[in-house]
Amino acid sequence: MKPPRFEYHVPELLDEALGLLAELGADAKPLAGGQSLVPMLNMRLARPGHLIDLNRIAELDYLAERDGGLAVGAMTRQRAVERSTLVREGCPLLAQAIRYVGHLPIRTRGTVGGSVAHADPAAELPGVLAALDGRITLRSRSGSRVLGPDAFFLGALATAAAPDELVTEIWVPTVPERTGQVWLEVARRHGDYALVGLGASVTLDGDGTISEARLALIGVGPVPVRARRAEERLRGERPATSLFREAGRLVSAEIQPETDVHATSEYRRRVAAVLTERALAEATRQITRETVE
Amino acid sequence: MSAEVGAGSAQRRAIRVTVNGVVYERVVEPRLLLSDFLRHELGLTGTHVGCEHGVCGACTVLVNGEPARSCLMLAVQADRLAIETVESLAPDEERLHPLQQAFWDRHGLQCGFCTPGLLMLLKSFLAENPSPSEEEVREAISGNLCRCTGYQNIVAAALEAARLLREPVAG
Repeated sequence: MKPPRFEYHVPELLDEALGLLAELGADAKPLAGGQSLVPMLNMRLARPGHLIDLNRIAELDYLAERDGGLAVGAMTRQRAVERSTLVREGCPLLAQAIRYVGHLPIRTRGTVGGSVAHADPAAELPGVLAALDGRITLRSRSGSRVLGPDAFFLGALATAAAPDELVTEIWVPTVPERTGQVWLEVARRHGDYALVGLGASVTLDGDGTISEARLALIGVGPVPVRARRAEERLRGERPATSLFREAGRLVSAEIQPETDVHATSEYRRRVAAVLTERALAEATRQITRETVE
Repeated sequence: MSAEVGAGSAQRRAIRVTVNGVVYERVVEPRLLLSDFLRHELGLTGTHVGCEHGVCGACTVLVNGEPARSCLMLAVQADRLAIETVESLAPDEERLHPLQQAFWDRHGLQCGFCTPGLLMLLKSFLAENPSPSEEEVREAISGNLCRCTGYQNIVAAALEAARLLREPVAG
């Protein structure tokens, strides 16, 4: 299996890359870490006329605190996120989820922006953005815009990015006080695509009631799914095993997973309910350091 | 930076890649995979090619010290980078690298197809985590497929190699 012929461009500045995209349009494909695009080239599922290699654009490789959150440049390797103290302390959900992205030698090349722009329905980073209401920055030669996950992820492998636009940054909020964040997933092997993955963020107020709960799932629909009914049920309640079990039931009723060769829809619903229960218990435990009865 | 060479239908680029400490200058088509560059252009056939879509891990090499699938990189992307392949491990014809010795002693291979990828992955993994648990080794090698051993002996070899690398034998 060899890639089809293409013209190769290797800009060193973002402006050059945006100029090439504007000029070449839909016949050009940006090459980030290549961990999804190069297999597609090898299998000739993708046949772009031009490849714009982003790997030499140093200005897209950064992790920085900004606007009460973490800004991550699109060409930051997933492995760099995994190793970052800033991420571990500022966004535990991202720190946990990143370890489930592919395997170690995938994360050394794979990038944050590439994963988000590829928009695989079972990918972790879109799930983290959905759970935390993160933001995605798109740039083109004519300007830039910032989208939330609902506006950006349109379907399986489909996003709001126009052919001349590049994902240049993602942003996630810093974890608030008295908040527990947990990423869980079930796959056949560690690193395989998630059958179901779930990100949970729970905030307790001073008297121990749940002031905010966020739940996002991957692998159960074409785009990351927020379980808003379950979130609503949790707000204002005191943490309890029975409450978490009920939230799990609500999540499994709320999602509409498909049956495929890996798992049935029914199985995915059951896994989602169990993961919800576990994640809520663990998130709460992180805050109170006690096990909920 | 890699330069465009010649005209005509097939674009070619001059690249300069350091492989196992040796600098190679070649002119290649952009669509040439790094795995094929190593094997066909440089004759370094220790790097094995299995699935060619990033699933099996047989072609794992080190790129600037980090393990990566050479079938998921273009040779032109290795321009000005340092690549290490399995050929770099043994110090000479007579002696094995501690990782190779541990694989030999613990029967960490049968057919040997997956071995170069595993060795290169483990070289970088053990440098970063010199005293891994069995669980951590299993997670680290989860992206490298072996159809012979059932992984048991590979894990044993990795743990043995970690010990050897921590306490080098005198002489």
